[in-house]
Amino acid sequence: MTKKFVLGIYDDEDVLLQAIENVRAAGTKIYEVFSPYPIHGIDDVLGVKRSRLPIVAFFCGLFGMSFALWMQIWMLGFDWPMIIGGKPHIALPAFIPVTFELTVLCAAFGMVITFFIVTRLRPSLKVNVFDKRSTDDKYVMAIEVKEGVTDISALNNLLRSNGAIEVNEKEVIK
Amino acid sequence: MTEERLIISRKTNNKFFLMIAIGVVLLIAGIIIAAMSGGHQAEGHGEAAAAGHEAAHWTKRLYMNLWLNNVYFTGIALIGVFFVAVQYVAYAGWSVLIKRIPEAMGYYLPIGGAVMLITFLLGGHDIFHWTHDYLYNQFLEDGVTPNPQYDPIIAGKAPYLNFWFFLIRMVAYFVLWILFFNWLRRNSLNEDLQGGTNYYHKSIRISAMFLVVFGVTSSTSAWDWVLSIDTHWFSTMFGWYVFASWWVSGLAVITLAVIILKQNGYLKMVNANHLHDLGKFVFAFSIFWTYVWFSQFMLIWYANIPEESIYFIERLGGNGGHFKWIFFTNLLINFAFPFLVLMTRDAKRQMIMLKIVTIAILIGHWLDFYLMMMPGTMRTDAGIGFIEIGTTLIFLGVFLITFTKGLTKASLVPVNHPFLEESVHHHV
Repeated sequence: MTKKFVLGIYDDEDVLLQAIENVRAAGTKIYEVFSPYPIHGIDDVLGVKRSRLPIVAFFCGLFGMSFALWMQIWMLGFDWPMIIGGKPHIALPAFIPVTFELTVLCAAFGMVITFFIVTRLRPSLKVNVFDKRSTDDKYVMAIEVKEGVTDISALNNLLRSNGAIEVNEKEVIK
Repeated sequence: MTEERLIISRKTNNKFFLMIAIGVVLLIAGIIIAAMSGGHQAEGHGEAAAAGHEAAHWTKRLYMNLWLNNVYFTGIALIGVFFVAVQYVAYAGWSVLIKRIPEAMGYYLPIGGAVMLITFLLGGHDIFHWTHDYLYNQFLEDGVTPNPQYDPIIAGKAPYLNFWFFLIRMVAYFVLWILFFNWLRRNSLNEDLQGGTNYYHKSIRISAMFLVVFGVTSSTSAWDWVLSIDTHWFSTMFGWYVFASWWVSGLAVITLAVIILKQNGYLKMVNANHLHDLGKFVFAFSIFWTYVWFSQFMLIWYANIPEESIYFIERLGGNGGHFKWIFFTNLLINFAFPFLVLMTRDAKRQMIMLKIVTIAILIGHWLDFYLMMMPGTMRTDAGIGFIEIGTTLIFLGVFLITFTKGLTKASLVPVNHPFLEESVHHHV
């Protein structure tokens, strides 16, 4: 299945940010914006919701902490009690370093794995580059064309009046 | 960029003086109570007194409080200078808008130095066991009879821990700190008037020099002023530990001051992004403090060597469990609370959350210093009563007066700082 996109090409960061605001104010839904580097404040302008990854990190960390404590208490306290350095079997201060490491490990791995799953990043992934110049010195604003709904010439005017140096159309296999 | 001048109204200043007045009243009340019950206590603990434990005199408690508060507030003032120096050396742009606040904290240093000197000269024997001469003589005056009070461990430390060298070091720390504070401050104020990047580059060089000085003196002053109270004990982590405690308290003061100024209509260009960075600092260094605390604790706990573990025994089960609650409160208020509350991004960007946490941290680290100093000196006679609250209020009042006076001396916005524009547009 192919999808058609209108691409507005920009060559100035501030013009782009202003354009995004105006285009969205005009009621047009922006599919995606591509830029060679992260632009400060673009999330707010695009209305991108905050990532919920920190929540995942918290619960993965909590899991890591509970797992580490349970593991050590069960192993050294119940399954195979040993006297180490004359300390009690369940000697909490001695468990803290392992608990800390596992908390960090689980939180970090949990975040990375969740990120890969949510964004569907995988080795076989085919990425459609809308315009190769977005990896060099241009900013590309992509707007999806819906047959019978989108007025392409009006969109063209809207983008150009907001500082686009070029407006292209592109079909992408989805 | 426009200047912003802080105006401290007579009413606000009166509040600070009222704080000091309340402190003095509480202190006097506390001293009277302590002086009256002191004799009674000595009778009550007749056995203990016979065994060589005398009930602490109220003057000792007063000196300990002066010392505790002065070390605490001097550290915070010093951290102000340290913060500015770190920002310069790191070529930081974000902090330019709030730079005048840590800068003004240094104005307390001369007072801190004076109080430190006077307290040491008057109450040195009460604070530091090692200042007693009889510990160092192996034999009594006749030169033959062994001195029963001779302490080989303390005597072995005499080349470092002796009255004159201690005094010289103390004076040297303050002279160096005040020198660098004035130097940085003068450059910063001249920059406001003259502009240009000359003062900026010069400040970086001064800051780099100060950081070297600070790196050495922050550790040695911690050994001198805090560690040497427990003379027999030593810890290689201690310099770091005191630094971590000072640093996080200093960051809390900077954050709290920024918020209070902002809420009173100053620092108009400071926004949630700057608060976010300050919040991150407070959050991160609360964890850093815990890390250092635990590094010190765990090795001593695990090795369980008597001369090392005595330090924690005195603070846990020892002294009749007198300090146990502070020991655990210390961890809760300085680690668990800021860690859990400031974890989310939103909390770091909200003034109310930051306010609650920074106030808790300031109380928590005061307790931290209390826990470092009191068990080795006051032992079971330590308490938190009128004397403690009164002295702290007096110091807080004096600190606030010098700090706010310093703030009024210059524009709150360093108008000619080369990175000012970057700070105004700071975004995280």
